[in-house]
Amino acid sequence: MADEPLVLGIETSCDETGVGVVRGHTLLADAVATSVDEHARFGGVVPEVASRAHLEAMVPTIQRALKDAGVSASDLDGIAVTAGPGLAGALLVGVSAAKAYAYALGKPLYGVNHLASHICVDQLEHGALPEPTMALLVSGGHSSLLLAPDITSDVRSLGSTIDDAAGEAFDKVARVLGLGFPGGPVIDRYAREGDPDAIRFPRGLTGPRDPLYDFSFSGLKTSVARWIEARRAAGETVPVADVAASFQEAVTDVLTRKAIRACKDHGVDHLMMGGGVAANSRLRAMAEERCAAAGIELRVPRPKLCTDNGAMVAALGAEMVARGRAASDWELPADSSLPVTEPHVPGRHHAA
Amino acid sequence: MLLAFDTATPAITAAVHDGTAVRAESTQVDARRHGELLLPTVDEVLREAGVKLDAVTGIVVGVGPGPYTGLRVGLVTAAAFGDALGVPVYGVCTLDGIAYAAGQADDLDGPFVVATDARRKEVYWARYGDPRTRITDPAVDRPADIADEVAGLPAVGAGAALYPEVFTGVRPQAPVHQSAAALAALASERLARGEEFLPALPLYLRRPDAQVPAGYKLVMPK
Repeated sequence: MADEPLVLGIETSCDETGVGVVRGHTLLADAVATSVDEHARFGGVVPEVASRAHLEAMVPTIQRALKDAGVSASDLDGIAVTAGPGLAGALLVGVSAAKAYAYALGKPLYGVNHLASHICVDQLEHGALPEPTMALLVSGGHSSLLLAPDITSDVRSLGSTIDDAAGEAFDKVARVLGLGFPGGPVIDRYAREGDPDAIRFPRGLTGPRDPLYDFSFSGLKTSVARWIEARRAAGETVPVADVAASFQEAVTDVLTRKAIRACKDHGVDHLMMGGGVAANSRLRAMAEERCAAAGIELRVPRPKLCTDNGAMVAALGAEMVARGRAASDWELPADSSLPVTEPHVPGRHHAA
Repeated sequence: MLLAFDTATPAITAAVHDGTAVRAESTQVDARRHGELLLPTVDEVLREAGVKLDAVTGIVVGVGPGPYTGLRVGLVTAAAFGDALGVPVYGVCTLDGIAYAAGQADDLDGPFVVATDARRKEVYWARYGDPRTRITDPAVDRPADIADEVAGLPAVGAGAALYPEVFTGVRPQAPVHQSAAALAALASERLARGEEFLPALPLYLRRPDAQVPAGYKLVMPK
């Protein structure tokens, strides 16, 4: 529909420079420039390397997104940007660019939350989000169970990781196995050839007295490392595919078990999954099976919309416009620890 | 009509210059809030000058050298304004703006040195033949390592003031902080003379701090 808000979204919270353009729930462009190859030899994202890459990629990626969408910047109804959480210096490049474009074009600016964006992106895939939405958000930086009665104004945290994020555990296990960085895609690949029941790795925080919706992956990571080191010390070959499959099984078992429990406890008949780890094939398959068995509808976007991208930011920005939420003001800060309970950062004294 | 700004030093400074004179300038010093303060500062100088954005014919930006996070705020803002308004972006070495301002405030008729704080006990610095002419490439060094090169020279900028034992010729009457008004006036002169500008790319002068890990740390002690 032509009267739905046309919004450009900018995402620079980690190592992807993402710029998306949406009209309401319709994806028009999703341009991403990534610096992941520059981080690989360091075994993880180096914030300064990411920030430098964002500066180089920013304007060209915006130009590409507008061209792909076939729209002119002057037609936009607003510009949305990830205000946090994320790497401070990386966020600041996107926030500064968004402010300048919004100011120069005379458009409202919406500083939005990275995590809420990961949920809202599903509107581009499966239409309007149910209210409330139950969401499992899993990535290299976050692992959270969120309940969102209104994605633009009311997002509640039911639980989150108490140590490592799920994606971090993939990276660390891949490092121990010598598979390089990032760990998610490569573990997924090896795991397809392995036996998920070969090794029984621990399921963190699943005891009767453990918090219902919190996660812990640090102990699992250590347990996998110990198992591998013991084999190596004994001069045995490490069965990489079996380790990958068994580790992945432990992660996905806990994630899906807790997510479905949360749906049942809160009387929610669907589950949304987002974040980079939601691109994992085993997590998607297991969630599909277990949701079907529990009578819960699973909503998970295509993998490219699960990893960081600008379209998700545009999707949340478009929802902000549609619901008449207050725009941000020109002092909008980049907030590396923006709480998940703040879907956007409204201005205190907006003048635009 | 030039819109100029610089975020390569602790100052957040913006100015509007009409080709003849500075129409408005605003400078705040807050090393931790470049990202928050730049756009409001730009908005303020445009309003004060009574200039609408569509009258701006060029963006002037200080390209450093400077601490990276703040520096990028100015550069990405300049690139975005240039793209959104369809006007050229003129890069100027930040030290050149300070040198020019020093020339306006002080009687500097011979060679001198400009230095800013590079943190980590280092300075960004360059030597000048006169306030409009830089004669060395900007560099980052420990003050003690360049003592011989700057000894006795008149010195301006916050980096010189920080290390008076090395920059023995610190000029108290010269401004310490960057001023976008000076940057704009210098750029306006260069435009009138048809001189080249720097590309609007950051002068970091240092590589990112990152070590390639030798291997992972064993969980079980040997």
